Amino acid sequence: METIDALDVYYRKLNDSIDSAIKTDKNITLSGVFGQRYIGRGLSKGVKIKIQGTPGNDMAAYMDGAEIEVFGNAQDAVGNTMNAGRIVIHGRCGDTLGYSMRGGEIYVEGNVGYRVGIHMKEYKDMKPVIVAGGKAGDFLGEYMAGGAIILLGLDLAEGEEIIGRFCGTGIHGGKIYINGNPDKYNFGKEVEKVSLTDEDIAFLRNHVDLYAKFFKKDLSYLKLEAFAKYAAVNKNPYFNMYCSN
Amino acid sequence: MNLNFNSPLFEVIRDEKKCVKCKLCVVQCSNKVHLYDEKKDIFKVDDMKCVNCHRCAVLCPTKALVIKKYPLEYRENAMWTDSTIKEIYKQSQTGGVLLSSMGNPNPFPVYWDKMLLNASQVTNPSIDPLREPMETKVMIGRKPEKLEFDSKGKLTTKMYPQVELSVPVMFAAMSYGAISKNAHEALARAADDLGICYNTGEGGLNKDFYKYGKNTVVQVASGRFGVHKEYLNAGVAIEIKIGQGAKPGIGGHLPGRKVGEDVSYTRMIPAGSDAISPALHHDIYSIEDLRQLIFSLKEVTRYEKPIFVKIAAVHNAAAIASGAVRAGSDAIVVDGFRGGTGAAPTRVRDNVGIPIELALASIDQRLREEGIRNQVSLLISGSVRNSADIVKAIALGADAVCIGTAALIALGCHMCRTCVAGKCNWGIATQDPELVKRLDPEVMYKRLVNLVSAWNHEIQELLGGMGINAVDSLRGNRLMLAGIDLNEKELKILGIKYAGE
Repeated sequence: METIDALDVYYRKLNDSIDSAIKTDKNITLSGVFGQRYIGRGLSKGVKIKIQGTPGNDMAAYMDGAEIEVFGNAQDAVGNTMNAGRIVIHGRCGDTLGYSMRGGEIYVEGNVGYRVGIHMKEYKDMKPVIVAGGKAGDFLGEYMAGGAIILLGLDLAEGEEIIGRFCGTGIHGGKIYINGNPDKYNFGKEVEKVSLTDEDIAFLRNHVDLYAKFFKKDLSYLKLEAFAKYAAVNKNPYFNMYCSN
Repeated sequence: MNLNFNSPLFEVIRDEKKCVKCKLCVVQCSNKVHLYDEKKDIFKVDDMKCVNCHRCAVLCPTKALVIKKYPLEYRENAMWTDSTIKEIYKQSQTGGVLLSSMGNPNPFPVYWDKMLLNASQVTNPSIDPLREPMETKVMIGRKPEKLEFDSKGKLTTKMYPQVELSVPVMFAAMSYGAISKNAHEALARAADDLGICYNTGEGGLNKDFYKYGKNTVVQVASGRFGVHKEYLNAGVAIEIKIGQGAKPGIGGHLPGRKVGEDVSYTRMIPAGSDAISPALHHDIYSIEDLRQLIFSLKEVTRYEKPIFVKIAAVHNAAAIASGAVRAGSDAIVVDGFRGGTGAAPTRVRDNVGIPIELALASIDQRLREEGIRNQVSLLISGSVRNSADIVKAIALGADAVCIGTAALIALGCHMCRTCVAGKCNWGIATQDPELVKRLDPEVMYKRLVNLVSAWNHEIQELLGGMGINAVDSLRGNRLMLAGIDLNEKELKILGIKYAGE
């Protein structure tokens, strides 16, 4: 496994180095990463990158099957318009995580920022999933059109809300699973609470187990049947909004 | 009771003497205006459903059909016009936001028609394009500050990626979904034949059309429909759509009923689901964020493709364009307030934005003043109707123009402006397979080739008349324009003198 020292390397050069490195060895480690953007952009299946440090914005943008593990926090727009692959972040994550992602999985150990999962989509067997261990900021799952967001809310302080305001505003597809029962006033008007099915519980089990495995946690105490599930009221939310002129 | 106060817009008149009862009109009308009563052997007509698309009248073998404006008029009133009253009826009946198709039809000034072109007389003689070479080719993309050569005269400056257009024209962005697959194919094949580009719009790219990649601009809009690595690398350039002239500041909703299996496949969203494009890119809240998206696209295409940024012509378009250049865009596409659309809220379409001619002049001026005009190509769209408009646009400072409405008219659009209904009888703005079949790409692409080729000849004639032998030599040469019927302020913004001055 090749290690690339990323300290003080400009992002364009770093990404070029990654491109050259993966021609010979698809498993690489980046050390000293300090805010470089676009790491893993568009990389395909088979490539595995371990990142030590803090990758910059748009990590894994348009990623197409690669796997990235970050030992640190990540910044904004991780997995932007991602098509396939897996991202595991041992830390927190910034805003617009998984913006418009169409496939693949993102696991974040801690909290995530604003507008997470905005405009996530799905298409046939491509169903993206975001699992976050902590809490999320405002506008979680805004304009969501597919896929799933799972929010575990582990280790929240007394009185701390698991989501911010306007969760699911404009949602017209996909599902949001939240551990607990957040205040209904925190949701957008296009989202509604629906009951969990056995299928949902099996889905949650699978992803919670993977989360526990990635972050070496014992989550056997979590009551998955107590999770709340939210989905779009309507997949054509604006159907009656217009009249033809 | 939900009473409809509105009367028909049009009246269908059948000349019984000419009609041979072939019933083609009945078959052809997707709006079901014409009905044939077998028992009584008579035709019935439902004027309420007529959109005046001319399909029946044009195809009628004996030309027995005429469509006229419905004669019932309201009492004359300069303030409360027919359309004002009718719109209130519609909204009070449905509670809906008014939705219109195609560009702003209202009588705002058309500045193209208030600018006249120069020609040579005696001195600086004119050039005859039939006998002498005339260059209409343009290169779209960022240009270097200066060119450097080695001792053997070989260029050593590294050039930025460029898109070559044989004529300073591209087909404007129109998505698959807004228009049909056959319409897209006609545009793609015509672009290929002409050596220009068409633009996918925001609806993704059908796999069947990847072969037209060297003539394709792929678009990335806020919905990111069908955007993935392969798509981004499929064309010769990528356009980030920030805004559209017909609806600046707002997004778009392709209703689920227009998202059939094939549109679903191209957009990569489930069939029947609304395709919602948010009003903004939620990863762009600043010029710095725009830079981030531009460079993410450059990264994923290995800096091999120019990145266009499309904005609507709004009040501060010049400042926005300057920001977009500094953000790293290689070309800016400015879409004027008359730009077309499959559907836009009427009030937005008719009241938001500014004329493209003024926006173009002020953007070109601003970029020159800031010394960054060379860094970017400037394209305009939204009301370019003919070759004279193109020549005037280039003289005002454009590198090239995009044509949408004009291209659709070449494909048979009769400007009935009801694209939003999805029942286009000409097979353009519809996803109904029976209607789409009516547009044969094999036949129709040639009409587009004819149109642009004819315009190319006219551009050459107009250039030659001015004693100029290359489009590049006309760009920003505003001395070739003279204003007519314009006030001091308009002349100042356009940067031109009054005719005779």
